[in-house]
Amino acid sequence: MAAFDRFADAEVVLEVEDLVKHFPLTQGILFKRRIGEVKAVDGVSFKLRKGETLGIVGESGCGKSTLAKLLMRLEEPTSGKATFKNQNIFELRGKGLRAMRRNIQIVFQDPYASLNPRMTVGDIIGEPFDIHPEVAPRGERRKRVQELLDVVGLNPEHINRYPHQFSGGQRQRIGIARGLALKPEIIICDEPVSALDVSVQAQVINLLKSLQNEFGLSYIFIAHDLSVVRHIADRVGVMYLGKIAELGTEDQIYEHPTHPYTQALLSAVPVPDPSVRGQRQQIILTGDPPSPANPPSGCRFRTRCWKATDLCAEEEPALVVRPGIDHQSACHYAETREDVVVRH
Amino acid sequence: MATTSPTPSPEAPLAGDAPLLAVENLHVEFRTREGVAKAVNGVSFTVHEGETLAILGESGSGKSVTAQAVMGILDTPPGFVTGGSVRFRGQDLLAMPEEERRQYRGRSIAMIFQDALSSLNPVFSVGWQISEMFRVHEGTSRQEGRKRAIELMERVRIPAARERVGDYPHQFSGGMRQRIMIAMAIALDPDVLIADEPTTALDVTVQAQIMELLAELQRESRMGLILITHDLGVVADVADKISVMYAGRIMEKAEVHDIYAKPSHPYTKGLLESIPRVDLKGQELSAIKGLPPNLMRIPHGCEFSPRCPYAQQICVDQRPALREAAPGRFSACHFAEEVLDGSL
Repeated sequence: MAAFDRFADAEVVLEVEDLVKHFPLTQGILFKRRIGEVKAVDGVSFKLRKGETLGIVGESGCGKSTLAKLLMRLEEPTSGKATFKNQNIFELRGKGLRAMRRNIQIVFQDPYASLNPRMTVGDIIGEPFDIHPEVAPRGERRKRVQELLDVVGLNPEHINRYPHQFSGGQRQRIGIARGLALKPEIIICDEPVSALDVSVQAQVINLLKSLQNEFGLSYIFIAHDLSVVRHIADRVGVMYLGKIAELGTEDQIYEHPTHPYTQALLSAVPVPDPSVRGQRQQIILTGDPPSPANPPSGCRFRTRCWKATDLCAEEEPALVVRPGIDHQSACHYAETREDVVVRH
Repeated sequence: MATTSPTPSPEAPLAGDAPLLAVENLHVEFRTREGVAKAVNGVSFTVHEGETLAILGESGSGKSVTAQAVMGILDTPPGFVTGGSVRFRGQDLLAMPEEERRQYRGRSIAMIFQDALSSLNPVFSVGWQISEMFRVHEGTSRQEGRKRAIELMERVRIPAARERVGDYPHQFSGGMRQRIMIAMAIALDPDVLIADEPTTALDVTVQAQIMELLAELQRESRMGLILITHDLGVVADVADKISVMYAGRIMEKAEVHDIYAKPSHPYTKGLLESIPRVDLKGQELSAIKGLPPNLMRIPHGCEFSPRCPYAQQICVDQRPALREAAPGRFSACHFAEEVLDGSL
C-alpha cells in the first residue's frame, strides 16, 4: 500500500481554518439567559484537495455532523473561515452564496428521512434545477434527471415513482443523484452507508468511488465505521469532542496511530477474522466521552487517557507534526504504537 | 484504564452433552392485510452451557423474530408460531400454557434488546425496574430488592451504584443504559441469555466495553449466550459457532473459525467479501447484487438464487435443504461442496 500522499501536489479546493461553532445553552422562557455553550466544533482546520477523499471519523457527539452542516452553511459558525475558490464561504451573500452552494453538495445518512415522501423521484432529483436553472434549461430537465438515474444505477423509467417504492440502498442512490445534479466539486457524505445492510453498503461505496473517478469529485466522508472510512479515504481526521485529535494519510492513521484516542478507537473495532482473536492489544477505555458543554481543561481526552499528566490538564496540545512522527497529532506524548493494529 | 487481551471463551462442552436450549424446525408467520409474510421457515439450533452462538443476518432475515418466538414475546397477532418446538432442558416451551411459561422467562431464558432507551420505562427509577425481577419472581420486599439492585449494578460495573440506584433512564448514557438492561437480564441468573443486537446503537469504544462485560459474565456463570447481530466483526470476536440466516432460513452453520476461513454457502461468501479489507484498499468491493426477497413472495427454489452468482437451473427449481456438506459444515446450497473447495 502506498504510504505516500498521492494528492500532495493537487490543487486545494477547500481550506478550513480554525472553525468554531458554539451552540448557546439557555435557561428560562421569556428572558432566555445564556448559561453556557455546547462547544460542538471547537477549532477545526484542514485542507481538502481536488479528487481526494478526506475521511472524518469519531464517535457520536464529537461534532462531525455539525462540521458538515457548517460547510453547507446550514449553520452559521461562531468564528473561523472556510476558503473555497479564494472566497470565505461564510462571508458570501446572495448570488455568490448561491454559486457556492452549487459546488458543495451533501448526501445524508438516513435515506428514509431525507427524501420527501410526497414527491416523485424525478421531482426530488430535479428540484435543484429550480433553484439553479442555469444548469439545465426547463426543456432538458427530464432528460438530465434520467441521465442521473442511470449514472447512479437506477432504472431511468422509474422517474415517476415515489421514495417508498424503493429499498434503502436504492433511496441512498436517489440521494446521491440529487447531490450530483448540479455538478458540484465537493460532496459531503454524512454517514452515507450506516443505515444500510452490509451487502448493500458495498454497492453504495463502489458507486461513490466510481463517481469520484468519473467526475473528479472531492469528498468529505464522515462516518463512525472505521473500516469503511479506511477503504474509501485518502486522508483521515480523527475527531474527539469538537477537535481533530490526529490527521494524516489513511496509512499513517491506521498503521501508525500516535494519539492515544486513535489507538483506543482502532483497538476497539472488532476485526472480522476470528483467527486474530487475542493477537492484538485491546484498549478498553473507561467511561463515556465528557459533555461538550463542559469539556475538560487542556487536552480533552485526558479524562479517559492512560498517559495523562499535569501538563495535559494545563496546556492544550496543538495539532502539529511532532518530532519523530510524520503527521499531525494533538498529543503531548504522541508516539507510534502498532500493537493495536491488526495485520492480515 | 484497563489494557486487556481478549481471552478465548471457554471450550464448548463435548458433543453428547444435552443442550440447554434446542430449537427445532421453528416456523413463524405474520398475517397482515397485504398477505402472509413467512418470517421464519424451519429454523433449528442448539445452545450448550458456556457456549456462544451467533445468529448472523441482515435486516428482514428473521433473526430477531426467531429470538422473540423463543422468548415467547412475539406480537400475536399479527405474528404466529406455526410449527416447531423450543425445548429448554427437554421441556417444550411452546406446548406449555402461558402461566407456566412465565416461570421460564427471565429465570431460565432472559433477553437484552438493541435499544435500551426505549426498552426501559422512563417513569420508574432504574433500581425499581431492576428489583422488579425479584419482587415479581421471588416476592422480595422493596428494601431487599433495592439492595440486590445495587449489587447487580455493581456487577455490571456502573460507577457509584448506591447513589445512582434512584436515577431514571434518561440520566444515564447509552452505554450505561445497556448495562442496566444487562443487569435486569442477569438478575435471576438465567441459563441462557439472548442478546439482540446489544451494541448496534453504541459507539465502538462503548461497544468494546459491553462485549467485554458480557464475556466476563458468561465466564462467571457459564450461561449459554445467543448473540443476534449483523456485524461480522463482533461475531468473529466472540462467537463459538454461527448460524447464518437469510429469508427466514439458516443458510449455513458451522464453527466460527471454519466459516471465516472457508464459507460453504455463496451468501456467506458474498457477505464476507463485501466487507472492506485492508489488502483490497482502492479496489472495488465485491457487492452482492440485488436485494433480499420480499417475505410474502419468497422464491420457489433457493431463496438466494436470484442474487447468487453461481445459480443454475436446479437452484430455481428446488429448494436445497440444510445438509452436512463436510464434517461439522452445514450448508443449504446444492453446490456446497464446490463452494467449500473453491471449484465454483
